[in-house]
Amino acid sequence: MTPKTTKRPDGRANDELREMKAKTGIVKNADGSAMFSFGNTVAIAAVYGPRKLLPQHLQNPEKGKLRCYYDLASFSVTERKKPGPSRRSSEISFVTGKALEPVIRLDNYPNTVIDVYILVLQADASTRCAGINAAAMALANAGIPMDEMVTSVSIGKMGDIIVADLTKEEEDFTIEKNGKEEKAATDIPIAVLSRSKKISLLQLDGKCTKEDVKEAVQLAKKVSSKINQVQMEALKKVK
Amino acid sequence: METSELTKQRIEELLEKGKRLDDRGINDFRDLEIEFEISNKAEGSALVKLGDTQVIAGIKMGIMTPFGDSPDEGVLMVGAELSPLASDRFEMGPPQIESIELARIIDRGIRESHCIDMKKLCITPGEKVWCIYVDLYILNADGNLIDAGNLAAVAALNTAVFPKLDEENKILFGEFTKERFPMKSMPITVTSYKIDSKFLIDPVQQEEDCAKARVSVNMVFGEEEYIHAMQKAGVEALTEEQIVEVMEESSKQGRKLYNAVQAIVNKYNGSKK
Amino acid sequence: MDKKEKKNIEKDEEINVEEKTNPEEIEQDRKIVVPGEVIESGSDFLPGEGTRREGKEIVSMRFGLLDMNDKLIKVIPLSGAYVPRPGNVVIGHVYDMTFNGWLIDIASPFNSFLSAMEVGRFVNKNDLSETLNFRDIVVAKIKDIKSRGIDLTMRERGLKRLEGGMLIRINSAKVPRVIGKAGSMVSMLKQETGTNIIVGQNGIIWIGAEDVENELLAKKAIEFIANKPFIHGLTELVKKFLEDEKKKMKITIKPIGPTTEEN
Repeated sequence: MTPKTTKRPDGRANDELREMKAKTGIVKNADGSAMFSFGNTVAIAAVYGPRKLLPQHLQNPEKGKLRCYYDLASFSVTERKKPGPSRRSSEISFVTGKALEPVIRLDNYPNTVIDVYILVLQADASTRCAGINAAAMALANAGIPMDEMVTSVSIGKMGDIIVADLTKEEEDFTIEKNGKEEKAATDIPIAVLSRSKKISLLQLDGKCTKEDVKEAVQLAKKVSSKINQVQMEALKKVK
Repeated sequence: METSELTKQRIEELLEKGKRLDDRGINDFRDLEIEFEISNKAEGSALVKLGDTQVIAGIKMGIMTPFGDSPDEGVLMVGAELSPLASDRFEMGPPQIESIELARIIDRGIRESHCIDMKKLCITPGEKVWCIYVDLYILNADGNLIDAGNLAAVAALNTAVFPKLDEENKILFGEFTKERFPMKSMPITVTSYKIDSKFLIDPVQQEEDCAKARVSVNMVFGEEEYIHAMQKAGVEALTEEQIVEVMEESSKQGRKLYNAVQAIVNKYNGSKK
Repeated sequence: MDKKEKKNIEKDEEINVEEKTNPEEIEQDRKIVVPGEVIESGSDFLPGEGTRREGKEIVSMRFGLLDMNDKLIKVIPLSGAYVPRPGNVVIGHVYDMTFNGWLIDIASPFNSFLSAMEVGRFVNKNDLSETLNFRDIVVAKIKDIKSRGIDLTMRERGLKRLEGGMLIRINSAKVPRVIGKAGSMVSMLKQETGTNIIVGQNGIIWIGAEDVENELLAKKAIEFIANKPFIHGLTELVKKFLEDEKKKMKITIKPIGPTTEEN
């Protein structure tokens, strides 16, 4: 096997996450709220509920509903993002909900809804992952019964290395091939349940071997406990 | 939670005695805090906290063809979103009239006060001008979003910088100059809320729920003082005397607020030199 | 039903539910746990509310304070939506009427119904609004919880339509502190602020006094209690807080004795 040659632009080790910061209780009106950041990526989440689900025909007498809304603030990205939902944000909202739902005891709350609102204030890649980390904290902060926490990180293949917590620069990594710049980064956002280490979100775009994906999942599982540590410490810091 | 009729009655009784739920006088603003650099991707950004009301304004720049009637002037766009993140009273979906009104009041204050020198936002007359987008996001709603939103917008505008341009005058996104916006003044909005027969300013949500009318007055304070935008809203009609009373008090309180914001902005800009 | 719950229901005979245990003691030196956190290992302990057993380990299922008592491990919530229980005294407002009763908003996601049969006095069935109208505030008790919703009753002493005063809302998880051991905190608050206070277990609290300033003083004290992270030595802190506030607000309290309407 040839030695790996790619180096991360910010000098991080391959399994090293950016500095993480977290805080709860930032939206006073909400039942629970939190902020989570990976370096320059900052997401906030607010949880309302369980509350009555209206109109009534949407209600499910067997279990509650979890709704997630992910959005980028217009000024969170370099070129202004037009406010309001897009196809991208709708899909991320959807997969975020599915990443969180496995841990939530929705059968405790028939006919109700739990709403999770995620707003990215500053984006430097891995926004959906920061959003999921904030949302899991906000859900716990809102006193929602959960089997375990959800942690999320974006794993990337950059050149010939697999790295944790991609930045925008790394996402845009290219190599020169036959005199042409060619995209050489693959983004693999993964959510790992904190205790069972099961995977509740897995997306990939780019180009990978099966081995690469296996390695990525293993790396996500490995760094999950570090993320969970930050979530736990912030939750325990009760004002 | 909806404000109960019982609590509303108490708010009115208190007001009769010139008192409020939280010990403030009827013409006192809550404590003001402003944080900057909410996003390093924005040309400018500010988080304004008025008590538990928190509003973020973020500025992004774009380049566009000028409008035909003002070929050598930049363009301003103000948007506001009452996201359900900030209160269980707000709903998902297309912008409601409340958020449109909020954005329009703030837009008019900035536009009509000519606080931005729009001519200096011209790159090539008739071809290329700067467009300033001011987007407001409510983080937590506890009354008086108009005044808080305006403060966030002007604080962000007064601390924002231009992005860099390449040789073809295209924006190098993510790269900033140190050049600040051509700001000439800082318009301040003070909104008075009429509860029963009295007016108060900077209401908390419960007080706002009692109000039957409100009047926003947008002013610029300098050697001379001018009003640049007003908005009367609510179900009750007002007398001429009441409108005069509101203007007088807005002018008094607005000047104090202006001094406070100016000091915060100057301190921030000074630290960035 | 566990022991604590039984106690609660007995105590609900009175309007302000009393806590037998002292919340100040419970919270003292308590550890905060988060979902998925392992609390204990081994078979010496039993998983109680807010926890589950997973193999040898007892794991927390929610964010809250750890309570280990007689080998039973529980997590006491610090936040979250109100979870209604039979026997709870709650405060709410009328938001709708049917042909035979009222729908009451008690800040819970489930529908709450007060039947015309449950108000304990004559009701003109042709016009229910004579008895209770839209937006009226009531203090009622949860009689029953069924899959379609909550049944309320007002057929007990002290349960009634509330007049005058003001309402405040705190998180329902903070209600035990406001009540205090054997109702000690709420009694002290009433005494020291010259008010009547009715604490709904849904976190909605009614404060009434002749003078609105006394109500404001009580409101501040309750918010002070609700906002404290821990309540170590809380009674003393609240007394001190009230003294300072009274000086600030320049009010003296004429203690009002137990009123007839309340006892």
